[in-house]
Amino acid sequence: MDSIIIFAVAALGGLGLIAAVILYFVANKFKVYEDPKIDEVEEALPAANCGGCGFPGCRAFAEATTNSAKKNKNLEGLNCPVGGNDVMQTVGSILGLEVEAADPLIAVIRCNGTFKNTPAKVKYEGATSCAFAHALYGGEGGCQFGCLGLADCVDACDFDAIHMNPETGLPVVNDKCTACGACVIACPRDIIELRKKGPKDKKIFVSCVNKEKGGPAKKNCSVACIGCGKCDKVCKFDAITITSFLAYIDFEKCTLCRKCVEVCPTEAIWEVNFRPRKPKPVVEKVTVKAVEDKPAVAEKVEAKPAPDNNTKE
Amino acid sequence: MGILKTFALGGIHPEENKLSSNAPIEKLAIPKQAIVPTGQNLGAPSKPLVKRGDVVKVGQLIAEASGFISTNIHSPVSGKVLKIDTVIDGTGYKRPGIVINVEGDEWMDDIDRSEKLVTEIKLDGKAIIERVKTAGLVGMGGATFPTYVKLMPPPGKTAEYLIINGVECEPYLTSDHRLMLEKGAEILVGTQILMKALNVEKAIIGIENNKTDAIKHIQELVKSFDGISVQALKVQYPQGGEKQLIKAVVNREVPSGKLPIEVGCVVQNVGTAFSVYEAVQKNKPLIDRVVTVTGKAVKKPSNFLVRIGTPISQLIEAAEGLPDNTGKIIGGGPMMGKALTSTDVPVVKGSSGILLMKNEESQRKTENPCIRCSKCTTVCPMGLEPFLLSKASKLGKFEIAEDELIMDCIECGSCQYTCPASIPLLDYLRLGKNKVGAIMRNRGRN
Repeated sequence: MDSIIIFAVAALGGLGLIAAVILYFVANKFKVYEDPKIDEVEEALPAANCGGCGFPGCRAFAEATTNSAKKNKNLEGLNCPVGGNDVMQTVGSILGLEVEAADPLIAVIRCNGTFKNTPAKVKYEGATSCAFAHALYGGEGGCQFGCLGLADCVDACDFDAIHMNPETGLPVVNDKCTACGACVIACPRDIIELRKKGPKDKKIFVSCVNKEKGGPAKKNCSVACIGCGKCDKVCKFDAITITSFLAYIDFEKCTLCRKCVEVCPTEAIWEVNFRPRKPKPVVEKVTVKAVEDKPAVAEKVEAKPAPDNNTKE
Repeated sequence: MGILKTFALGGIHPEENKLSSNAPIEKLAIPKQAIVPTGQNLGAPSKPLVKRGDVVKVGQLIAEASGFISTNIHSPVSGKVLKIDTVIDGTGYKRPGIVINVEGDEWMDDIDRSEKLVTEIKLDGKAIIERVKTAGLVGMGGATFPTYVKLMPPPGKTAEYLIINGVECEPYLTSDHRLMLEKGAEILVGTQILMKALNVEKAIIGIENNKTDAIKHIQELVKSFDGISVQALKVQYPQGGEKQLIKAVVNREVPSGKLPIEVGCVVQNVGTAFSVYEAVQKNKPLIDRVVTVTGKAVKKPSNFLVRIGTPISQLIEAAEGLPDNTGKIIGGGPMMGKALTSTDVPVVKGSSGILLMKNEESQRKTENPCIRCSKCTTVCPMGLEPFLLSKASKLGKFEIAEDELIMDCIECGSCQYTCPASIPLLDYLRLGKNKVGAIMRNRGRN
């Protein structure tokens, strides 16, 4: 009886020992060297696995940064948009490199085709997917470039940063946006763009992507860019280009002077997070009586769209 | 007659509603302005040949084919070219097109406008194909595939059967039915022309059994034509699909991803056979077609012979106006047609009907979760699994969709029609086909 137990223990123990020895040599033979820094970098990353950096997940980005640091001694072209500068500085210090601060970006919705501005001519009731609706038809308001309002961008967002506003039918981006670019890819109409966040979140952009001629564009949407070129003329910094009846403001060149906003006849250019303008001198020229009668005139001049946090009203 | 033939897999039988089957084809007045989109066929859009201000005659070539799968477009009216610009199409997108202001009705001199039946086929096979090509003929069933491409089997393949599609399985539509009743002899001559072009001995006209008058009429006429026979078919949607019709008529199955020529068949619509007759015997290009205007609330459901480019508002007017409670205007039939966004849309080569649906019948039901009843799989005429394919394309798993043969889907809509949970299966299938098609094209390019 005892001998059976001893035999069993000895046999299994021996087997385990032999296996351990084999495994030890095999593990040594096939060992893959992995830079411990990869783990450290991965630890520093936000672990969102959003793909905003262009790599499949944070681990892949950690590998890419470590390799780049080893080979090129820099981190050019590598940026974690979610973590921003803080995370990139940490990554840089782990890898022993100086990292230049990149301008933070934010998603911007370049369409103002609200229910009011673009009255619906037809009603869509197919599958709730922008990608499908885009392939099927032009849009409820008749603008074939504008937002379809079926929230593919909201579904794509991992950060709860974009929501539909039921009053306007347009998506709204909030502070949580990390500029990972998932919504930009999800939008079948290229309405969403990643733009520089700007000092104190101040931004100026053309809130329209309609490439039609002025007349047809304006017919469907009261706030469409008609490609008149007034903004281009007034811009001293060469930041505005007009291609196929659509103005585009280069955020690298734009100095946020707000001149273009003033001249836009269709209010297609948006200024976000600016302080309300001072009343124009024009108002002062109005006779004293008129000003007394209608103090609201001055108010009205200020009432350019300046909503908080890129919301659109 | 015995047991009626039909296809093997799936299929449904929606309410037929052939309201306009007793309305003779009426010739509609020429419009004041014709809007001719340049992308009327499957494949590459045509290239305009006229300039603003040019005076054109009926039947004059105004846009030429710009590739292998592309067609010529001829002016459907006479008058002055107003502009070459973008015109709105049924989807609400703007596409290039030619707008012609109509002045009088002056035809090209070489078009034979008499009604006399010409049975003698003078041209040989090659010349017929050439004529079909220059006349800008496309499949009139709705797919608008250039006809001449179908008449040229790829090397190594020969056609054995010509199948003429008189099925018209879509509910409501009656344009092919009326055409068979009124232009039966012309269709048969057209069939013989096609047989000569394809060098086939046998042609079969497939007609569904809900058009008994057409079956009898054609059977009577067919006696004086060699090699053509009529096959009555059981009423089953989507029998008008090429692959379903081949299965029903000659009991052959077209392999996945292949064309009907693979099994020695060429399928042409009766409308196409009629335009082939006109193009070859009368030298008349494709400038008009029969369009059904129908719907339960329409006062006068009718079949009109209209010029291409006529705005559909004129057709609706001729059918005694838009009913008050119209919910949707559909271009095509209720199963495969698409809702139109405007009544300014012109009739194109592929318009077979305009269906005005009442508001209450046009509403979609609310979508519910899938209950795994597998009805969609049962009715799919291609033997696919619509629930799986639609889920895959909804989630963006296009590899799965491709592996499960999403490209075989003929978009007949049987799955969505039968789904008890009202899931928009076809919508997602179309999305998936779109994306997978793009992926496959990209792969071919790289």
